[in-house]
Amino acid sequence: MTLFEVLVRLVLVLLCFLVLPLVIGQTEHKVMGHMQARVGPIYAGGFHGWAQLVADGVKFAQKEDVVPAGADRRVFRLAPAVALIPYMVVLIAIPLGPGDLVGRSIDAGVFFVLAVMGVGVLGSLMAGWASANKFSLLGALRTAAQLMAYELPMLLAAASVAMAAGTLSLTGILGEWQWWWLPWQAVGAVVFFTAGLAELQRPPFDMPVADSEIIFGAYTEYTGLRFALFLLAEYAGILVLCALTTVLFLGGWHGPWSGDVGWLWTLLKTGLLAFVVIWLRVSYPRLREDQLQKLAWTGLIPLALGQLVLTGIVRVATA
Amino acid sequence: MSALAAAADLSGSGGPGFLSPTGAEVAFVLIGLVVLGSALLVVTTKQIVHAALWLVVTLGGLAAEYLLLTAEFIAWVQVLIYIGAVVVLLLFGLMLTRAPIGRSAELDSASKWPALLVAGAAAATLLTVVVDAFHAAYLDLGETGDGSARVTGESLFRVWVLPFEVLSVLLLAALIGAIILSRSRGDDADRRR
Repeated sequence: MTLFEVLVRLVLVLLCFLVLPLVIGQTEHKVMGHMQARVGPIYAGGFHGWAQLVADGVKFAQKEDVVPAGADRRVFRLAPAVALIPYMVVLIAIPLGPGDLVGRSIDAGVFFVLAVMGVGVLGSLMAGWASANKFSLLGALRTAAQLMAYELPMLLAAASVAMAAGTLSLTGILGEWQWWWLPWQAVGAVVFFTAGLAELQRPPFDMPVADSEIIFGAYTEYTGLRFALFLLAEYAGILVLCALTTVLFLGGWHGPWSGDVGWLWTLLKTGLLAFVVIWLRVSYPRLREDQLQKLAWTGLIPLALGQLVLTGIVRVATA
Repeated sequence: MSALAAAADLSGSGGPGFLSPTGAEVAFVLIGLVVLGSALLVVTTKQIVHAALWLVVTLGGLAAEYLLLTAEFIAWVQVLIYIGAVVVLLLFGLMLTRAPIGRSAELDSASKWPALLVAGAAAATLLTVVVDAFHAAYLDLGETGDGSARVTGESLFRVWVLPFEVLSVLLLAALIGAIILSRSRGDDADRRR
């Protein structure tokens, strides 16, 4: 692989990172606007409020960048980058189509994506602590507490797919994938997606940012572009989670005519999952932190362990 | 010991000199300096949350060193466990108890000189042992290095399976211990009531 090819691949991944989260954000405006009959998000610019995203961008860019007087300035300024960059790095390893259509095929791909995604939590913790605000600190505490609920089931569910495929590489997993893996790994898929929602702090697991209780938690004191970066991290997170669920459980680029339009299948499945994420936000109430712990430790983890056992049995029986 | 001796035998083949390092070797040394520097900051900084954040730099730098040694799997496990979980729990604990912004005077420990002595002695011992075992042994990572998940897994579950199982029993004991500790405290509270 020449240096030029590496650069082209990185630029393409960066382009995906800059465009797709915005598409998801725009879709969220529209879907929420229509589902909840809100006028705001579907008004600006006429046709279904297409200009709302532009207006939001202009608004964020012209706001004053405020750092609270009591804050730890360096950590406060660094936090949005720590929250955002891991998701960008993860995108490198996610295969878009068959063959070589991936930023970089990584041998321990599953571990790579889960490990690097986990670093993003540090951004919320840094933001919450450095803001010198009780609400922010509460938000950071809830973020860390949430980690104890989602990390284990997520890893176990991903491990089940790696066991089924006999490899940790994401391209390798897709190479092994068969259609009957859909029912076989269905429980793992649900566990992975639910735990992922908790990682992204999306409803119904948005108690770390709960705006009606603790005023957006760790991000209370942020304004302007730094706040926009946190929002972008959330949408990039949705993109990464949906793409990962697609690759691990829904067969990624597999589908009719996948040789020609494999990348389209990946994008379509990812988009469909992103729609489900948005749909859940408008239709489910927020859980409490202890309810999430109960759900994770008495529901998700036993289910994930059961999936691991099932995977092992089928794998040995068909070997 | 035989493995060490075999590795020491490799030193006979020599390898490239110290004066013509490869890019990876230069990067290894530079990252090593970053790890050392941030590790010193962890124990010397007067702000307790900063200490935890410098620990992230230290552990991340170590993961980068593993990557440079082609131990890819170990590197990502390091990031997943230490940065993604251990440091997050550390920060959680700090924030739950006391995490003031700014310098705190009482962070100095009375036993810092004995601690320095122990740390220095441990480092000196490790350094002596490693240098004595390997001398100038040179492994060409391009040919011999393979830290992929498959190779790591095979050696772990074929050669080292007994230590692995012993460790898992130890972890299980710690897990049960943690549960008993947290439950018995609850009983005490019930009795007091």
